[in-house]
Amino acid sequence: MSLWSRIANVFRGEQLSREIDEELQSHIEEAIEQGRDPREARKAFGSVLRKREETRDVRLIAWLDSVRADAVFGLRRLRKTKVTSAAAILSLALAIGASTAAFRLIDALLLRPLPVAHPEYLYVVAFEGAHAVSGKAMTYDSSSYPMFRQMRADVREQAELIAVSYADRTDLTYRSDQEMEKAYRQYVSGWMFPAFGLRPALGRLFSAADDLTSGQQHPVAVLSHDYWNRRFGGDPKVIGRTFRMGDDLYEIVGVAEERFTGTETGTMTDIFFPMAMKNPATLQSSNNFWLRTLVQMKPGVNVEPIRERLRATFRAIQEERAKSFTAMPQRRLELFFKEKLLLEPAAAGRSNLQRDYRPSLTALGVLVALVLLIACANVANLMTAQAAARAREMALRVSIGAGRWRLVQLVLVESAWVAFLAAAIGAILASWSAPFILSIVNSPDNPARLALPADWRVWEFSVVLTLGVTFLFGLPAALRASSVKPASALKGGEDPHSRRRLMHALIAVQVAFCFLVLFVAGLFVTTFDRLSHQPTGFSSERILNLETVTHRPQPPVFWEQVAEHLRGVPGVETVALTVWPLMSGESGVGSIAINGAAPAEVFADFLKISPGWLDTMKIPLADGRDFRESDANPTVAIVNQAFARQYFGGENPIGRSFERVEVAGTRVRFQIVGFVPDARSRDDMRLPIRPTVYLPFPSSDGKGGFQPTGRGDFIVRTVGANPLALASILRQEVPRARPEFRVTNIRTQTEIVDSKTVRERLLAMLALFFAVVAVLLAGIGLYGVLDYSVLQRRREIGIRMAIGAQAAAIARLVTVEVFAMVLIGAIAGLALGLASVRTIESLFYQVKATDLNMLALPTLAILAAALLAALPAVLHAVRIDPVKTLRSE
Amino acid sequence: MSKSDSLQGSLDLLVLKILSRRPRLHGYAIMTAIKDGSGDVLSAEEGSLYPALHRMEEAGWVRSEWIKKESGRRARIYELTAGGRKQLAQEESRWQTVTSAVNRVLRTV
Repeated sequence: MSLWSRIANVFRGEQLSREIDEELQSHIEEAIEQGRDPREARKAFGSVLRKREETRDVRLIAWLDSVRADAVFGLRRLRKTKVTSAAAILSLALAIGASTAAFRLIDALLLRPLPVAHPEYLYVVAFEGAHAVSGKAMTYDSSSYPMFRQMRADVREQAELIAVSYADRTDLTYRSDQEMEKAYRQYVSGWMFPAFGLRPALGRLFSAADDLTSGQQHPVAVLSHDYWNRRFGGDPKVIGRTFRMGDDLYEIVGVAEERFTGTETGTMTDIFFPMAMKNPATLQSSNNFWLRTLVQMKPGVNVEPIRERLRATFRAIQEERAKSFTAMPQRRLELFFKEKLLLEPAAAGRSNLQRDYRPSLTALGVLVALVLLIACANVANLMTAQAAARAREMALRVSIGAGRWRLVQLVLVESAWVAFLAAAIGAILASWSAPFILSIVNSPDNPARLALPADWRVWEFSVVLTLGVTFLFGLPAALRASSVKPASALKGGEDPHSRRRLMHALIAVQVAFCFLVLFVAGLFVTTFDRLSHQPTGFSSERILNLETVTHRPQPPVFWEQVAEHLRGVPGVETVALTVWPLMSGESGVGSIAINGAAPAEVFADFLKISPGWLDTMKIPLADGRDFRESDANPTVAIVNQAFARQYFGGENPIGRSFERVEVAGTRVRFQIVGFVPDARSRDDMRLPIRPTVYLPFPSSDGKGGFQPTGRGDFIVRTVGANPLALASILRQEVPRARPEFRVTNIRTQTEIVDSKTVRERLLAMLALFFAVVAVLLAGIGLYGVLDYSVLQRRREIGIRMAIGAQAAAIARLVTVEVFAMVLIGAIAGLALGLASVRTIESLFYQVKATDLNMLALPTLAILAAALLAALPAVLHAVRIDPVKTLRSE
Repeated sequence: MSKSDSLQGSLDLLVLKILSRRPRLHGYAIMTAIKDGSGDVLSAEEGSLYPALHRMEEAGWVRSEWIKKESGRRARIYELTAGGRKQLAQEESRWQTVTSAVNRVLRTV
């Protein structure tokens, strides 16, 4: 009570003082009324001012009151120097906003623990192997179901293992087949929900029992809270409803707790299925790697022994699997046995988005931090320059009895104003920019759905950051202000160089960081440029992919019928058929043998295409012919140059043949009828184009007929420049041609290709933005310091001019020290850059940190900025009128 | 200076006691009561009363109120709270203990 009233009184200080004054005054008046002599009464009372201050201090918290007074004074000062304050606040706001946005993204994707019981006990099983061709280390985290069960059984006492499938988008319908919709699904172990301590929002969640009911006897599903709200408006009657996915009918039995959105950070699961609902063939296959294995340690269990135990299990599994690899090349077999099991912490969940963006986000975080430091140095310089102008004020305060600490507090409170105003603007910037950055990462086909809550974690970060920043730039200025020597300051002759030394050091730091940011930005921009200009070998212009599925597998003749129907749609130029779009991330591989020899170490990619596909994709024939209607898989093939290089020593392969070797050792012979230049089919732009075999789309059933197919991709080249204009028409035309056919996904080829460089584009864009900000800030900082030093030395300059110094000499005088600092800073930045850039080398493509261009660019940019920033100050210096200056002093 | 020292440590007690006998007094009246009651022996710099009064109000021993006097001036008057009564009892007994102890020492030495 008393504490509150004392805090409250701080903010009604004026009124408090008035009331106390009135009370004291009434005492004296009362005395006079009683007939006492006014002078005697006043004397007996003592000092009214002192009593008022003493009383006031009783009624409020004195230190808080002094802070309040400083805050009022600080705000008044900021208003007085509007331009400088605005420059300081805005530059800092930009940096704080960027930092907050970066933190929100990094936190949401990489740091925030899953909302489950004891996320710190959660690990994920991963495997470390070596790439078969390049030999580079690589990790993967997929297991097969039999493997998972064996591992689970082996560590049952110390840890609970939970299988979760990779979240994927699937088609399902609550009504008829014509009303298919998409949803993210995840198959999970039945005991996941109880192990995570999650409760249902509605109905029930799975338990271990749901995983025992093998097969699809009673298919059940649990909805996520978010999906339940979005799709059903939170309708409680959703329990018991059914939907069809594939050929099976599923019943909704529950809705999960709101906070839990799956284990794959960056993807929100809509529907959970028990593992047992996956089709039995997949569940039993030991070659199908389709799930992640999460490990939940029991309390008090050490990770190390579990890891060893699982390693032993994995080794046994590998040996068992290897028995069926009769046709595996020796080198691959060796690599296979070298694979090592890892146990990685998974408190924040586990997703490919994390894997793909961890280094990029970390690099961006560092860039942002550097920009923030540059901004801090800037503000520190501005404050120091202002402190110079205030030396007399400070000296006066010291002379009338202000303690050093009060001066430190005064300047710090003023700094806090700058920092908190900047943080407020920064928070607005961040609240806009974090979702914006996320929207760049998203491809329309596979949007990253990442919760970006502005909760206490974000607030905590902002407050800590703001306070940290306050001390970072406020403390040097505060300490300097408090160490003022009243005698010399009031005389007007403090050592002018001491203050400039601090500012110069800050300039060097700024330039060093600025160089680093520019350098890294240059590398990112070049990487993006090189990657996005990588030739793909095909033309994606005006190409639309209609990814299509059928109710039951349909014979090739029906597929061709639909293609023919689409050719008749106005605005369509050509139509061809394949299994999936180029560079979509899907691929088929096979082992190749030439002349009956042992299988080659390097595998080839396989892609089925219809006649006319090459033409539609504008891949020219180098030799031979395209497929004909009568061609079937197997027996004929078209191969690319990489294939010829890899297996035929670069010779023209037309007329020759090769064998495809199955895992079990059976061989299928193919005749090469066509030869084409390389076209990219895989989605990794950084790797060379792989040897590729094109096969005819229809597969022979071995009895003179064709095998039916359940999915395919119609490639449509449109006449109009925007292929998406035809999308909705084509979507309707497909089932019109044959009712069993349904388009599940429409994507332009350009969109697919562009999505492969999204990460690099994001990095390049943001790095470039930060580079511009950094140069701008450093430029402003430089300008401020130079301008200040000219102002401070105008007497000296005036004298020099009076005794005949030339303009050039004056210009040299004012700039030489600062340019020396710029040089030192640039060299330091260069050293820092070369040393640190190694750690993010994996993010670069076809560009080396030691390229001369990469070093020249930042150097030139900084020099140009420095010259530009120096110009006004130099002009100011040489225009000084010695007569006027010397007279005024 | 020696005069103000004479009140050191006992100002709170005296103010509480006076207010317990005669509620609703303003500062000047309290000061007069101390002076008169002690036959002018106990007195201090008159202004010192106010920080003490405000401190006691913050502590919740007294509460204050502005009233309008017949002369038209406003005056702030004080009265004891329940907490103040308890405090008074404590201070009084402490005072008794201390003075009797001091007296004992003075007698025996």
